[in-house]
Amino acid sequence: MASATAAAVPFWRAAGMTYITYSNICASIVRSCLKEPYKSETAGREKIHFAVTKWANGKPEKPDIRSDSSAD
Amino acid sequence: PPTPSSIPSKLTINFVLPYQSEISNKEVCALRPSPADLSESRLEFWQMGVLPGHVATIAELKPGLLSVHEGSEVTKYFVSSGFAFVHANSITDIVAVEAVPVDHIDPSLVQKGLADFTQKLNSATTDFEKAEAQIGIDVHSALNAALSG
Repeated sequence: MASATAAAVPFWRAAGMTYITYSNICASIVRSCLKEPYKSETAGREKIHFAVTKWANGKPEKPDIRSDSSAD
Repeated sequence: PPTPSSIPSKLTINFVLPYQSEISNKEVCALRPSPADLSESRLEFWQMGVLPGHVATIAELKPGLLSVHEGSEVTKYFVSSGFAFVHANSITDIVAVEAVPVDHIDPSLVQKGLADFTQKLNSATTDFEKAEAQIGIDVHSALNAALSG
């Protein structure tokens, strides 16, 4: 990744964080420093909603839904 | 993309975020992002200027100012992190997770955040917590610098 003359890996990677995690943390920090009304506009951006389905013997098992919203 | 025979007079930029296309195909004179430096010791002031005819570059952007110069007009954005790709034909693509105009930032929240994360760093135990706290400090410091710069 880095050549011999460059420094070691970034501190967050050394701590076990991936770039995506780092980037998302930076983004949510920036969002938290916004003035109103801009801050409320960003309220939905951090929410995640997805379903993980494991397969066994060629058949899907019950999907595991991960969501920040309490409904559905 | 093909390299044109002559250097174009303006830079065409595309600046996109996950939820909207901030700038598309705009022609501007210059661009100044803050690219990440591979060496951690030089985290502060490292500026890069992109003018038409710039060599093709891929740069990782660290949290910081991105200023777009169009004639005498300058629009400043604070980018949380992202990448800038300068192509040989002077088209530049900038992608960021979050970018806000500098005047959308609340200075008092930045100061408070900086104090909070400095405290978190002191009380952090695991490497991961320390990294998170350090990121908080870095981003807030960059926000601070952007507000005053």
